[in-house]
Amino acid sequence: MSEKVINDFSVTIATVNGSGSQTANVTLLRALFKMGIPVSGKNLFPSNIQGLPTWYTIRVSKDGFVARRDEQEVVVTLNPVSFARDLASVRPGGAFFYADDIRLPIARSDISVYPMPVKQMARAANVSPALRDYIANMVYVGILAQMLGIDLETIKQALSFHFKGKAQAIDSNFTTIKTAADWATQNLKKSDPYSVAQMDSTSGFVMADGNTAAALGAIYGGLQFAAWYPITPASTLAESLNVFLPQLRKTTDGKQTYAVLQAEDELAAVGMAIGAGWGGLRSMTSTSGPGISLMAEYAGLAYYAEVPVVIWDVQRIGPSTGLPTRTAQGDLTEAYFLSHGDKQNIILLPGSVQECFEFGWKALDLAEHLQAPVFVLSDLDLGMNQWMTKPFEYPDTPLERGKVLWEADLEKLNGVWGRYKDSDGDGIPFRTVPGNKHPSAAWFGRGTGHDENARYTEDANTWENNMARLKKKYDTARTLVPKPVIKAAKGATVGIIAYGSTEPAVEEALALLKQAGGPKTAFLRLRALPCTAEAQDFIKKYERIYIVEANRDGQLRQILSAVLPDQAHKFRSACHSDGLPLTAKWVKEAILAQEEK
Amino acid sequence: MTTPAPVQTNKAGLSKNDYRGLPSTLCQGCGHNSIANQIITACYDLNIVPEEIMKFSGIGCSSKSPAYFLNRSFGFNGLHGRMSSLATGALFADTTLRAIGISGDGDTASIGMGGFKHMVRRNAPIVYIVENNGVYGLTKGQFSATAEVGLNLKHQGTNQYMPVDICMEALASNATFVARSFAGDAKQVKELLKAALSHHGVAVLDIISPCVTFNNQEDATHSYTWGKDHEAPLHEISFIPALDEIELQGEFAEGTVREVSMHDGSTVLLKKLEKDYDPTSRANAFQMLESTQLNNWLVTGLLYINESKPTLTETFNLVDTPLNRLADPDLRPARETIEKINAMMF
Repeated sequence: MSEKVINDFSVTIATVNGSGSQTANVTLLRALFKMGIPVSGKNLFPSNIQGLPTWYTIRVSKDGFVARRDEQEVVVTLNPVSFARDLASVRPGGAFFYADDIRLPIARSDISVYPMPVKQMARAANVSPALRDYIANMVYVGILAQMLGIDLETIKQALSFHFKGKAQAIDSNFTTIKTAADWATQNLKKSDPYSVAQMDSTSGFVMADGNTAAALGAIYGGLQFAAWYPITPASTLAESLNVFLPQLRKTTDGKQTYAVLQAEDELAAVGMAIGAGWGGLRSMTSTSGPGISLMAEYAGLAYYAEVPVVIWDVQRIGPSTGLPTRTAQGDLTEAYFLSHGDKQNIILLPGSVQECFEFGWKALDLAEHLQAPVFVLSDLDLGMNQWMTKPFEYPDTPLERGKVLWEADLEKLNGVWGRYKDSDGDGIPFRTVPGNKHPSAAWFGRGTGHDENARYTEDANTWENNMARLKKKYDTARTLVPKPVIKAAKGATVGIIAYGSTEPAVEEALALLKQAGGPKTAFLRLRALPCTAEAQDFIKKYERIYIVEANRDGQLRQILSAVLPDQAHKFRSACHSDGLPLTAKWVKEAILAQEEK
Repeated sequence: MTTPAPVQTNKAGLSKNDYRGLPSTLCQGCGHNSIANQIITACYDLNIVPEEIMKFSGIGCSSKSPAYFLNRSFGFNGLHGRMSSLATGALFADTTLRAIGISGDGDTASIGMGGFKHMVRRNAPIVYIVENNGVYGLTKGQFSATAEVGLNLKHQGTNQYMPVDICMEALASNATFVARSFAGDAKQVKELLKAALSHHGVAVLDIISPCVTFNNQEDATHSYTWGKDHEAPLHEISFIPALDEIELQGEFAEGTVREVSMHDGSTVLLKKLEKDYDPTSRANAFQMLESTQLNNWLVTGLLYINESKPTLTETFNLVDTPLNRLADPDLRPARETIEKINAMMF
């Protein structure tokens, strides 16, 4: 056996979709987290309810690198269909665990091979046949625990969390895990170098997914209305609203300060959210790319009629139906330009689960402040996977409600105001909302041409002036959206720009570049569009700018080239899109390859 | 010297002028103008304060008309076929407000059919008026989905496809108030509007509203002439507000009328005409619509009513204060809750 490798490898588990393996996989992930080891888990699943092969990959990293890796040191398979591929994927020197009822050739001598009596042990467990598949998954949990050194006590804690403290479920699963672990002790001899050991690097963190975080953030942002239509990978965002709103936002007499409505399609979902936003409610919808496409016309109405609304896009890979269960950052240009006519949209780009929470409330503030649609672009990786994250932080600013005039305000103004008048020079007009009983409160919202008092007009100058004001408002947005996170590097001539869920891969790539003697590199994580002054300064500062993206076309590069045409010659794309989260190795190599040119 | 006649006001202290809108820019003689006028009269008669109404519309000639009534009401002229969703969201802002939506046959029965039917099935509290003329006016005379088979239109040829019956679609989607009327029958339109404004839930009013420019040929089923010749009212309808006493005498003598009690305490009186018609039976309504299709009648009146279903917003058990008047303490969970939430994560 070669030298021991502790807390620094990847495990991939291959199972059949719909067999309940998610519980087993997340239990392993959580147990490792509870052992204090930095960890990440990625569910690489098919668009299917039952039967197709599915993989779950866990990375443990003593150095805290949690990006996905292509290399798999430990591979577990319960699936005869993917067996050959799984076997081939084990890194030389690695470990291969397989269900021993799969009788297929294993022609590799460069790895450790461990058969697991999964069926036999599942049959031996005293459970109904319906539960046998679930129990079978616990067999590999027990064997892996024993062979890698995962503390069974942390596994019990993970089970207890998953089963919400239900003793019977916890016990029956744990019994199987214990039995399997004991079996491994007696029957398997460890011949691979990979194991885990207790650390103290996860205290002060929790585990959560981005969709739950986004929903909670919106709730703390005073969300009052949400409409949605089911779509992978966004559904759990709205479903989380339905879980947490009743706990957090009912009055003492059980009444609701909110409404969540499942619409008939995404057109209706965004329409309802815009109607509610016009009505003065903190309002949002959540969807994925295909839904965004359907929302295009309405997004233009909200932009032009100046209605606050938040639109979450948990991106999956497209075009068309694409791969509904695979991740990408492919909707950036779509969201930025969504709808016909002249416009750019405001986009927030959360890069972590905690930021999904933070942007959950900030997006509502910005939408009301700017009276505009605000897009928040998450993705499947961030939205649906469990991540180590800093705990959610209570908002540090009160709700921003924007320029809303009520009866008393209009009284002071003697009823004189203009719905689309730039009274403050920031491009943001005042508005009133229905229910305001002042006789001069009402205005007629429309997507048609309008003057400062919201009256229909086809006057050429009025049209152009209003469009100029909307542009000015977008410049105001530039000063209000979240600023980028910048990691400077002394003497750097090269800058990297990335956004969203690719941050861990880029962070690790920076370390890999350093090791490889690559260029000194500064890193900017963009958190919003419009491009703020800080981001523009960063771009101007460096000789070359690599823009790392999980899409084919380099969409941020396209946008930044349009924003800063005189800087566009500096931009180099490092973009890649195969449905999987980017790896650090790929980022490093993409940059080095271009540096060598 | 003559003193000007005092301006007549209603019980809300408002004059008819307080209910008017901008001058119409629709064609002279357009059925939609007459409907706008009846909305003004109905709201005036019911003493509704204009600020307590929201107006919605989609796109098309019909959808322009909310500009031509209730200037003091908030309104939103949204997207083609999407009035249903826009209004659905807005209804949650302040549930003390009433809502009137104006759509057309293109807006509702073609591009907006899905949204329309879903708004209906949710029993959203809104008066949903379809100003139905069988033709696209604003794009100059194409067939709509309610055009009859065999209709000839200039530049379009002959329509080959069966028309959509908006009342039938509404009923099929479990509407709780379905009526058909004819813009040429102003009194009936007005009384139906009053009933609709008092209805508990969605009130669908399919009003045949002739397009004088593109589809008013004598033999076209959406024309004034055809409507006048073929209108067959189910009953003579009159609306009695909540606090008014109902006196049944003369024409409306007992035994000749049906009384329908509305949720808000008002009453709709339906005077029997040739045959008795019970609008509380959905089966009757279906049967009636089926026979009108077979016999080529323009049956008008209250086809179906059910006051007992909860409305969309009622199903949410909302706080009494309008949602759009709630502020920080009601909307943001208390600081101490964040720890509990974090503890709920693993």
